[in-house]
Amino acid sequence: MKEIKIKINGREVICNEGKTIMQVARANGVDIPGLCGHADFSPKANCRICVVEITPSAGSGQAKLVTACSTQVEDGMEIRTDTERVKRSRNLNIELIFAEHIEKCPTCVWRVNCKLLELADKYKIEITKFSDRKGKRKIYKFANAVEIDGTQCVDCRNCLEACSNLQKINYLGLKGKGINQEIVPVNEKSVFPFIYKKALKVDCIYCGQCAVYCPVGAAQEQTHWQLVEKVLRDKSKVVVAQFAPSIRVSIGEEFGLEHGKIMSGQVVAALKRLGFNYVFDVNFGADITTMVEAEELVQRIKNSSGLPMFTSCCPAWVKYIEFYRPDLMSNLTTARSPQMHSAGLIKTYWAEKMKISVKNIVVVSIMPCTAKKFEAGRAELKIGGNPPVDYVITTRELAWLIKKNKINFSKLKSAAADNPLGAASGAAAIYGATGGVMESALRTAEYLLMTAQDSVCAGVKEKNKLKFCNSRIEFKDMRGQDGVKEALIEMAGKKLRIAAVNGIGNIAPILKKLKDYDYVEVMACPDGCIGGGGQPIPTTAAIRKKRLEALYKIDVKSKIRRAHENEEAVGALKWLEGKGRLKNQVLYTGYKKRR
Amino acid sequence: MDILSKIKKANLVGRGGAGFPTAKKWEAVKNAIGDKKYVVCNAAEGEPGVYKDGYILEHFADRVIDGMKIAINFLSLGDARDRSAEKGYIFLNYNYNKKLNKKLTVSLKDSKIEIFVKPINAGYIGGEESAVLNTIEGRRIEPRLKPPFPTTNGLWGYPTLINNVETFYNVSLVASGDYKNKRFYTITGDCSNEGVYELPDNLTIEKLLNQTKNYPKFPFFAQIGGLASGEALNSSQLKRQASGVGSIAVYSLGKNNFKKVIKGWLDFFANESCGQCTPCREGTYRLNEIFSKEKIDWVLFNSLLDNLSDTSLCALGGSAPIAIKSFMKNVYPQIYKSVTNTTNL
Repeated sequence: MKEIKIKINGREVICNEGKTIMQVARANGVDIPGLCGHADFSPKANCRICVVEITPSAGSGQAKLVTACSTQVEDGMEIRTDTERVKRSRNLNIELIFAEHIEKCPTCVWRVNCKLLELADKYKIEITKFSDRKGKRKIYKFANAVEIDGTQCVDCRNCLEACSNLQKINYLGLKGKGINQEIVPVNEKSVFPFIYKKALKVDCIYCGQCAVYCPVGAAQEQTHWQLVEKVLRDKSKVVVAQFAPSIRVSIGEEFGLEHGKIMSGQVVAALKRLGFNYVFDVNFGADITTMVEAEELVQRIKNSSGLPMFTSCCPAWVKYIEFYRPDLMSNLTTARSPQMHSAGLIKTYWAEKMKISVKNIVVVSIMPCTAKKFEAGRAELKIGGNPPVDYVITTRELAWLIKKNKINFSKLKSAAADNPLGAASGAAAIYGATGGVMESALRTAEYLLMTAQDSVCAGVKEKNKLKFCNSRIEFKDMRGQDGVKEALIEMAGKKLRIAAVNGIGNIAPILKKLKDYDYVEVMACPDGCIGGGGQPIPTTAAIRKKRLEALYKIDVKSKIRRAHENEEAVGALKWLEGKGRLKNQVLYTGYKKRR
Repeated sequence: MDILSKIKKANLVGRGGAGFPTAKKWEAVKNAIGDKKYVVCNAAEGEPGVYKDGYILEHFADRVIDGMKIAINFLSLGDARDRSAEKGYIFLNYNYNKKLNKKLTVSLKDSKIEIFVKPINAGYIGGEESAVLNTIEGRRIEPRLKPPFPTTNGLWGYPTLINNVETFYNVSLVASGDYKNKRFYTITGDCSNEGVYELPDNLTIEKLLNQTKNYPKFPFFAQIGGLASGEALNSSQLKRQASGVGSIAVYSLGKNNFKKVIKGWLDFFANESCGQCTPCREGTYRLNEIFSKEKIDWVLFNSLLDNLSDTSLCALGGSAPIAIKSFMKNVYPQIYKSVTNTTNL
């Protein structure tokens, strides 16, 4: 790449051709504000707050204002970010944007890291120069998971791009023009100009990517932290927290720590400080899921039926199948998700052990995910009439609670999750990565196949079989950030064709050739749960990469790396063995058409 | 001499308003790499008070189609078949289509060109060249971020030549040696001989008004280049050529209330803003709000105007302040003077 010379605010800078002014400026310590841009998307340049003044090449032509996010540097270009003209336009555009966003600061989880308040403070801008004009806009709620609050939207359209181009769901549309334009849910995708084709029905899958890309919290999870706060004050309840595999590698970002910092112990400590009586690690539940799913996979392979088997731990993917492809529901594994396995055991196995009445236990999940809120509300998952999970809050909501209670998160002394539902294998940790669920299940499936068992509970009958049971641990074909990861693997003499779909936007080609696969993992969010709809903002491809690396680090460092080696987990399964219907209720589920 | 040299020699410039050198655009599309190339004739004509494209299509449609065919040939003159211009579109104003569809359909028979009717709700922005491309592709009708330009990334990402009706008309004339440095003028407003005229392209506004017997006998101002985005000039400033789309609108100072005129412009742009960028979507709304108040905050009003021309995403936003700014500079002082001199207004 060619090196060129430019000037920023009079200072000579050498940079590469092809970069934008914003990239070069930021790399050289010159701050340029931006709202509508996102590292994962190409610039839309619609907020216009990143304007800078340029003189094309050393004094030739008139100085003009351009958007730094979308304008590439040119040799000899002179850039100024500090002229009166720049300041006037930048501030005016920021003020105009403020008037689109009704401040709801007192209840907004964004208050502590609000980009708008930051801009107001930095440029000393009055946020009420223009009167708010969106007070009467609607709030669209998608089930109990996600919402788009029209009174806060600043028209950047990132949510549209996330829903349409990234996830290819096309549930969000843009209605009206000028000041009347509004992000709205659409029920049908009309395929103009081919209007004579039948319109396709569309529905939200609750992935929450709109929220991840929204710069101002207009697209958000439906918050439930208020309810959690309330229940924490209720002394008659035993309030139990369970936190997902991918929380621990992302939450640090909310407190200024580096991306991908592993904070498992601090998460436990923080939850205890918030008043939770017990804290369990959903990684334990993930080990249960792995074993249940691996057993089912082995059965399906043996019977050569119901293939390919799909993973079902991603609730957005489950909703996708139930709505868009109900014909494929029987391909989904009947295993419940880790959140449900973990919570189900808390309210049965653990409750019995502790002699606590189920009615007094409140389970709160901390999830990287907005769709988990929807999953928690599914009636078919109830056990004896009780929902296993009472509330779900996102990583962002937990971070907010920690900040609200002035807990110095990064300085917390590490604490261990409670037992017996606490310890887990390395296989559980990687559930947070696309390909991780499959990799974990394969570790156990291979063990089952090689030892010729149907169940992890059966115990190995012929001792000498153990010698050959050197099942693989790492399935590296299933790792990385590619959109689709495929491999042909051999397992105990059987050939398995496997694929992991990294983000629901990549599903179409796989659904077209299902006969080519035996086992398919699908994660609706890019890179899996670590890129989930409830994760810290910003989330970008580069940040997701760091979080992924951290998960695999946890796996490598774990004492045991296969789910079936988790004795506590096998113990819990064994406890369920004699429980008849309860076993089914805790471990398995069914699906229903939702269109 | 090949067509490009002829166009260069004739110094043709785009007649859609921006006046971009035609040869430069043609060369850019020619040099752009693409398996397909498209030619689009922009007959949206959304600028109020401009009717020349409709007039040309009504009287000289064959010339326009000839110009497009020349363009298609020019672009397909390549080394291989895969670099041929696949298709031409006439992006046609809804009302013009109603009037001319039959005639044009006959003329287009067996050609690579088809009519794409501009949707009735496409509005002013629907004529902006990249909005035209979005419309044909079935996307939301609004401008694209540039660069990349249509010349390299046009219809469905392929290099696309998009020219105005009059430009293709001129190309046809240049090709057959009939180009006489003339252009079309639309003259409208408070004048007796409204209409479209084909006259030499170097005439001053004053001469144009005189030759067409439209020069007013009353105090007036003129708006050059369209009723929405044209520049307002007072009667002493008319010794210059008509720029842009070649339209002259005459406003009688006696008949028009200047506040109403300004409000008209403000309403127009607020209604026509596509909503994509902050300075235009919010700016045009706030300008209206400020102007409607009893006490107008002129400082803020002017900053919003400057902000529009400085930071809008497309040319619509950029041109929105032209009429008001030029009116305040060129015409308002005159009104003010006449008010103070005669005290009867």
